[in-house]
Amino acid sequence: MADVRTDAAMKAATGAETGTAAAGSLWWDAWHELRRRAVFWLSAAILLLALLMASFPGLFASLGPNEGCRLGLSKQGPGDGAIFGYDLQGCDYWSQIVYGARASILIGIAVTVFALLISIALGLVGGYYGGWIDALIARITDVFFGVPFVLGATVILVAFPGHGMLAMTLVLVVLGWTTMTRLMRAQVIAVRDMDFVTAARMLGAGDARIMFRHILPNAIAPVFVLAMLNVGNVIAGEATLDFLGVGLQYPDVSWGLQLNTARVFFSAHPHLLIFPAVFLTATVLGFLMLGDVVRDALDPKLR
Amino acid sequence: MRYAAQRLAQAVPVFVATTFLIYAMVFVLPGDPILALAGDKPVPDEVLHTLRERYNLNDPLLVQYGLYMLGLFQGDLGQTFTGQQVSELLAGRWGVTLQLGLTAWAFELVVGIALGVVAALRRGGLVDTAVLAGTTFVIAVPVFVVGYTAQIVLGLNLGLFPTAGTDDGWPMSYLLPGMVLGSFSLAYVARLTRTSLAEHLRADYVRTARAKGMRRRRVIGTHALRNSLIPVVTYLGVDFGNLMAGAVVTEGIFNLPGIGQQVFQSIQLQEGPVVVGIVTVLVMIFIGANLVVDLLYGVLDPRIRRG
Repeated sequence: MADVRTDAAMKAATGAETGTAAAGSLWWDAWHELRRRAVFWLSAAILLLALLMASFPGLFASLGPNEGCRLGLSKQGPGDGAIFGYDLQGCDYWSQIVYGARASILIGIAVTVFALLISIALGLVGGYYGGWIDALIARITDVFFGVPFVLGATVILVAFPGHGMLAMTLVLVVLGWTTMTRLMRAQVIAVRDMDFVTAARMLGAGDARIMFRHILPNAIAPVFVLAMLNVGNVIAGEATLDFLGVGLQYPDVSWGLQLNTARVFFSAHPHLLIFPAVFLTATVLGFLMLGDVVRDALDPKLR
Repeated sequence: MRYAAQRLAQAVPVFVATTFLIYAMVFVLPGDPILALAGDKPVPDEVLHTLRERYNLNDPLLVQYGLYMLGLFQGDLGQTFTGQQVSELLAGRWGVTLQLGLTAWAFELVVGIALGVVAALRRGGLVDTAVLAGTTFVIAVPVFVVGYTAQIVLGLNLGLFPTAGTDDGWPMSYLLPGMVLGSFSLAYVARLTRTSLAEHLRADYVRTARAKGMRRRRVIGTHALRNSLIPVVTYLGVDFGNLMAGAVVTEGIFNLPGIGQQVFQSIQLQEGPVVVGIVTVLVMIFIGANLVVDLLYGVLDPRIRRG
């Protein structure tokens, strides 16, 4: 009997090891499900476009950021030569908006990647070892969890004027790693005592191997979904901070800053508000829809 | 009682550590905090000296923090650069923010739960799809874009609501800002109610109630809905953080003379100490509110108290 059990557990363990692309695996099934969803392709298209804009703005815009501005054209609406009109400084609004994509997407993704790495490290260590180290990590998480995102960021950023994208990213990581860490820890605890982990340990695998080859691939899926949703939330939060005036500052170009400028003039010049708002919303929506649809695809109960 | 005591014993260190964290990040990190808080403005030596004394920056870190917190609890939120007391600036503003917050809260509670219930009862139907698409959209649009759009379309173009200020008193002046402020959480409440109720409608106890001949309306109203609202109530409770951060934006947009507008203006004027003082108090209220909700949650759901 014991042999049979170990055998089954071995199969499960090797299944986890051969990677995520094997037919019949969680991710493979999810991909099959995703391929048939229109929402998936829609959000993928939006995000691909946004990523292209952020990586190669030169492909879309003829002018660089804050380049070729003529104050005489300030706030002029869409017309010949400038499909989106001109901003307050008389710069071509289309070019400015294209270059604005970079700040939002870079910060959104960087913050999420850093937060994901922190949550994987802390979640694995806390969930796997338990005991005092787990208790310590949980208490520290509680402390950071208690600071609300936008308000907390406002306090810290106000104390450091003249910060750039790097400082913004750091502050948002400091305030934004807790939710994923909590989920990661819970996932690790759920997987930790499964048979295939016991089997791997009996076969003599060390702690590190068990954590990274056996537990992590089987625990990461929901955290990954949360990370996708998180990119959208961080982008919206970053734009809110820019809008409040505590985020990025003038020579930087971002959608939040453009909306901050639009605040004073929008009733007479609605194009200043509408265009960056549409791009910002579409990008955030792209990440949220992708997260939603991937979550549904990963959930066997809904199939 | 034991649950309450246990929860309090957990919460106090978290509260202290959280406020200390904020304090440390603002006042201790490299660079002179007073110079940093002044932004681009030059600060005369005399002012610098007085401010260093005032914030006890010459004392050890823990003493600094202790004195600062003691001051906050006594209602001393610091001074503006012109020497005005922040607590004076705020007098009379709390009421506006409270009215706005309650309006938003009532809006998300009533409309959010109603939408969620309708969607859950007609799962997969037209209303359900509309609610799902609509709420995703509302969550994705930043609150300030919602605010300005509502202000232009509903206030300016259609003239349905006053566009700014509190001249029309409650409720008229607070309706539109309240709806804008509540929109984000409304979407969450609706989705949460929908998921939770749909799950409970499939539960065994609902089938039993139907089988013994109870009417559908009553099964949903007294059995399924009551149970499925527990997570919703929790969310509504911890929503204070969203509402207060949102109030800064919303009061700024609609020019409501509340706490949030003061923060909004102080940021524009680069009045660092004022922003830090007020927002720290807001964060403390947020942490306190979370604690109260946790305690209430134990009352609502006996499993938590005993588990």
